Amino acid sequence: MKQIINIAAKEFRDYFISPIAYIVISLFLVVTGWFFFSTFFLFDTADMRNFFSMLPIIFSFIIPAVTMRLFSEEINVGSYEILLTMPVSFTDIAVGKFLAALLFSACMLLPTISYPVFISFIGDVDPGPLLGGYMGAILLSGAFCSIGIFASSLTRNQIVAFIIGASICFTLTILDQILFFIPSSITEVVAFFGADAHFASISKGVIDSRDILYFLSVIFMGLFGTYIVMQEKN
Amino acid sequence: MIQVKNLTKYYNSFCAVDGINLEIRRGEILGLLGPNGAGKTTTLRMLTGFFKPTSGDIIVKGLSIAENSLKIKELIGYLPESAPLYHNMLVFDYLCYVAKVRGIKQENIPSRLKELSELCGLSDIMHQSVDELSKGLKQRVGLAHAMMSDPEILILDEPTSGLDPNQIAEIREIIKQIGKEKTIIFSTHILSEAEATCDRIVIINRGKIVADDTTQRLKNHAASGSTVHLSLYGEDESEAFRVLGTIAPDIEVVKREPVEKGVVSFEIGSSRPEDLRRDIYLKIRETNWIIAQLTRESQTLESIFHELTKGN
Repeated sequence: MKQIINIAAKEFRDYFISPIAYIVISLFLVVTGWFFFSTFFLFDTADMRNFFSMLPIIFSFIIPAVTMRLFSEEINVGSYEILLTMPVSFTDIAVGKFLAALLFSACMLLPTISYPVFISFIGDVDPGPLLGGYMGAILLSGAFCSIGIFASSLTRNQIVAFIIGASICFTLTILDQILFFIPSSITEVVAFFGADAHFASISKGVIDSRDILYFLSVIFMGLFGTYIVMQEKN
Repeated sequence: MIQVKNLTKYYNSFCAVDGINLEIRRGEILGLLGPNGAGKTTTLRMLTGFFKPTSGDIIVKGLSIAENSLKIKELIGYLPESAPLYHNMLVFDYLCYVAKVRGIKQENIPSRLKELSELCGLSDIMHQSVDELSKGLKQRVGLAHAMMSDPEILILDEPTSGLDPNQIAEIREIIKQIGKEKTIIFSTHILSEAEATCDRIVIINRGKIVADDTTQRLKNHAASGSTVHLSLYGEDESEAFRVLGTIAPDIEVVKREPVEKGVVSFEIGSSRPEDLRRDIYLKIRETNWIIAQLTRESQTLESIFHELTKGN
């Protein structure tokens, strides 16, 4: 446990040492802010539904960019050898890096809390969907972080890691919309794998254990995949 | 301290390390020598637990690496080849991080860092970013990293490669100093370095151990026959040649390029390991010649190395 915290703290600090953190956070805020507020007054409702509904698509590109360096850079520079010869287990490494990425995503979401504060001046904001929305956003970013880390562990090239991670995340996001390409007998099963529907129901304020379980199992699978890749490498 | 049993590593179908058996005692400085691609780095990586052996076992202080790799990693300090450090961190931050992961108590970290910075000469670069450092400085940071938790075993992969002669001498000095109490295994392909620092030398070639002995014994063992270089001031060549030939029946006298102006030089070889210098001197004393040079060529580690790793 102590080692997980050590690794997570180091990786989290690393984000803010390099300019990447500031660029990614600014990019995220500009894109979401513009898309949200450009149509906000047209709908004339004081809620954040529009903001949350575009999060899965934006996250499926932003989060892999956040996680792409976590393993690829280490493998490429060779510091992976230093990391693995210190007294830390594979689980410590995978979970530590995951927590750092998740915490970073939370930092990215933090400034957006100013939106509901701003909206509350012009109308009443329903706290239910708001809390659900942020909880869902954290779960969703957790799921995408673990997928991104898995992609990063596969290759020493950060660009390749980004593309693999973004493809998986994007596929999970749009899975609901491409169901008509899939034989009707398995649509229900396939639909369950889509991240968008699970996220949408949480962000409406409906906290269903199935949705939470879905995100937790994606996180687990991503990290377990990373663990297996690390074991294969050694 | 460390027992290596029938260690083998395959990369796909390529056999990098082929059934190595080795026992390393406490307090020994062991030099691992071999040509490029002989399997030195692979062996060290398996010792540190970075690679899993294809077969065979490594036992450190009674613990097998297959089951207790975490415990063994705590006992070993490792400097990988060319010290691949986290390049975007400050030296101080990096060493603090290593100290934490190595389980040094928060309150002991500053004093430990101070000790190491004195030992490795880091005090001027503590607040520089790792990627601004020269190769030699990086190597020193890597050495501090390896020694952080004062481990019982130090494994150093080519610790002096790419350094200038002063830095090499410094690193060697550090190795010798810490080697008084610790077990050190290091790989190198600089033979004089191994000769100067190691108690024991293991030469591997194509994944197999071809020599394993103390430095002195290795040199003695390979010394079959001896050669003496002799130079005389301005003597008649053919006369000297004839006289030298009468020293012993089985010696061979060959004329060489004069080593300096006004002398004649010879190389006198014998198939027996005895020192010929005495006989040569006594012979020359009977004449009125003046010796300019009389030296015995000792069998160097280089020639042993060439002998053992031939066919590469």
